[in-house]
Amino acid sequence: MNYEPSYLAIGIFLTFVAFVIWLSFYLARRTRSAAGYYAAGGRIHWSVNGIAFAGDYLSAASFLGICGMIATVGYDGFLYSIGYLAGWIVALFVVAEPMKRMGKYTFTDALDSKFQSKGIQLMAALSTLIVSMFYLIPQMVGAGALVKPLLGIPRDWGVIIVGSTVIIIVATAGMVSTTYVQFLKGGLLIVFSTVLVIALFTRGIDNTPDPGGGKKFHELKTLEAELGDDGTLVIPDTTYVVPPDWDKTPYWEKGFIKLFEDCTDCALPLVWRVEKNSPTKFTLTETLFVTVMEEGTVFYNGAAKEKHKFFQVGHLSEIRQDGKVVTETEPLGPVSFLKTIRDSTAVLWGKEIIKDGTDKVSVYYQKPTSGEQVMRPGLKFKVGGAPIETVNFISLMLALFFGTAALPHILIRYYTVKSPASARKSTIVAIAAIGFFYILTMYLGLGAMVNGVVDITDNNMSAPLLARSFGSFLFSVITAIAFATVLGTVSGLIIASTGAIAHDILDKLMGLRLSERAQVISGKVSAVLVGCIAIILGIVFKGMNVSFLVGWAFAVAASANLPSIIMLLFWKKTTKRGIAASIGVGIVSAVGLILFSPSMYVRYGKLASDAPFALDNPGIISIPLSFITLVVVSLLTQKNAASVKQNNRAEA
Amino acid sequence: MLEEHKNVGGHLDVKSSAYKTKLGVRMFLVYLVIYFGFVVINSVKPSLMGIHIGGVNLAIVYGMGLIVLALMMAMIYTHLCSKEEAKHGESDKGGSA
Repeated sequence: MNYEPSYLAIGIFLTFVAFVIWLSFYLARRTRSAAGYYAAGGRIHWSVNGIAFAGDYLSAASFLGICGMIATVGYDGFLYSIGYLAGWIVALFVVAEPMKRMGKYTFTDALDSKFQSKGIQLMAALSTLIVSMFYLIPQMVGAGALVKPLLGIPRDWGVIIVGSTVIIIVATAGMVSTTYVQFLKGGLLIVFSTVLVIALFTRGIDNTPDPGGGKKFHELKTLEAELGDDGTLVIPDTTYVVPPDWDKTPYWEKGFIKLFEDCTDCALPLVWRVEKNSPTKFTLTETLFVTVMEEGTVFYNGAAKEKHKFFQVGHLSEIRQDGKVVTETEPLGPVSFLKTIRDSTAVLWGKEIIKDGTDKVSVYYQKPTSGEQVMRPGLKFKVGGAPIETVNFISLMLALFFGTAALPHILIRYYTVKSPASARKSTIVAIAAIGFFYILTMYLGLGAMVNGVVDITDNNMSAPLLARSFGSFLFSVITAIAFATVLGTVSGLIIASTGAIAHDILDKLMGLRLSERAQVISGKVSAVLVGCIAIILGIVFKGMNVSFLVGWAFAVAASANLPSIIMLLFWKKTTKRGIAASIGVGIVSAVGLILFSPSMYVRYGKLASDAPFALDNPGIISIPLSFITLVVVSLLTQKNAASVKQNNRAEA
Repeated sequence: MLEEHKNVGGHLDVKSSAYKTKLGVRMFLVYLVIYFGFVVINSVKPSLMGIHIGGVNLAIVYGMGLIVLALMMAMIYTHLCSKEEAKHGESDKGGSA
């Protein structure tokens, strides 16, 4: 899509981001020691920490990805909201207290306080690095998507801007700044999302919603066509000309047709969706299509990007209220909003990829869907369909549930509060804030779906674009907060990664007895390295739904870390070899299965159906595998472990 | 002073630990069952999620219910833990590592 930047929006955005960065620098002056850098010296109040938890957790994925997914596939996006929040139960009830009592700075330290083993140190540090990387990808992709409509610049620049900004913040400041910054933007995100949802209720629902941003609602056209006796296709509307080979194209095979239009801007014919009413009568509906030529030129609806042929989508084709069909509603409430959509029909969009000679054409076509279907699972994760789809769904729900407690950047905050009691209170504040926000995502996503604001090529921007339909101010504030959300989450992750590299690998594992100053410096160097890798990955994965990408991070975290954490706390026979093997198997199986998944095959430019592993979510295989590995290896190494432990104690 | 001791694993323990751990695991299991109830209904009989309940449907009520339930259970857990800590005379600072 092509976007026109708004100067007011850019002004507010830059002011806000500059303020966040200034705050980081200001607070940085208080942090000098290594302990201060990693864990803020354990002196942050639990309520501040709770909202900061929320700020950490409500990443680009929550705000952009979930809303985007709900806007395009309805309820299935909300599954992520449920899973992410439910995961806190595992964190609070099972992991929080014991981890807090055991740990110092990182997940590795917690394991290390039980087993003084280099193998575990290495595996745990690696796992922190890999999970952080997986979690960084969606943040960077989200950053790229955000700046595109705001500044009117390419996505890649957004990724580079976020990457560099975070590198500067992390390399100069540290944990203290990010805790307060996370607190600030976590709070703002919730407040402004609430404002947006209230505005949404007040507006009601309209059949022809105004997408804002200086654009008008695009009325979708329908054409009637009839097969003539001589084998030609006759369209009464003479604006459109049917090419002679109309039924011999790759389009026709997939249920589409090319039509020439009387249009000076158009470089290519238009693509229409064909529905057969009878053997001789057809209904043609408008599509959106992106053509990528062999040499890389891209056309939107058959014209160059600057011609603005592309439009935003999403509306209810029929609004039903109390059994009556209406064209617009009065202001709605939280229940009547959901009820109206449930009883109405929404126009969702399907996608088909067509090879036309050397051109690759992505066609987005209308898919009128009943509100009943929109409001329950099944449009993305086709439960009730093929068994493999059901397994995929269960696998996702499993990974989301068990992933939260195993995220390195969430665990690190347990150490920034003084006591288990404070950590608990922080977590309650976090659950309340996050739970409330996740309920809002349902309204924001559905709001985008029915307000004509969805960019069908990148649904990650649905929530901010919904804000734009209410004017520049709300749009720029929400974009700035979302951008700051990305900045905060990315810096938290980079700190966790640098902790793994500088603190665990260099200091403990390689035995470099670094001075405090050298530790901080090596942390900063690692921050720059990790940041640069994140920038590259953010560019590679652009356009994918970020919530889906976060689902992968959760699956990797749950597979690699959770079995070790749980078994360490609750199974006395756990050995160091068992832990090391479990982390290793968890990482390799989860990452391996992702690399061979259908979604990755599409990334490689191959067909999804060619993927050797049919599931998109690896959790259902990799999590049990990691658990089993831990149990089996631990049982096999019982004696070994006892003697090693004694040796260690003797050395100490 | 707090009655703390260093155990073999090297971490600090306070008297209420065993209670809190047991409570946490039990409450976790309760939530787990309810959460997987949601997953099972969607896997086995997804059409059940469409039945109407007070203007919305089961999917919305169950889904949002899981979020609200998490918060309520978390508050109950915190309350019970604090009560137990008070019984042993452990202050808010108890168990700091």
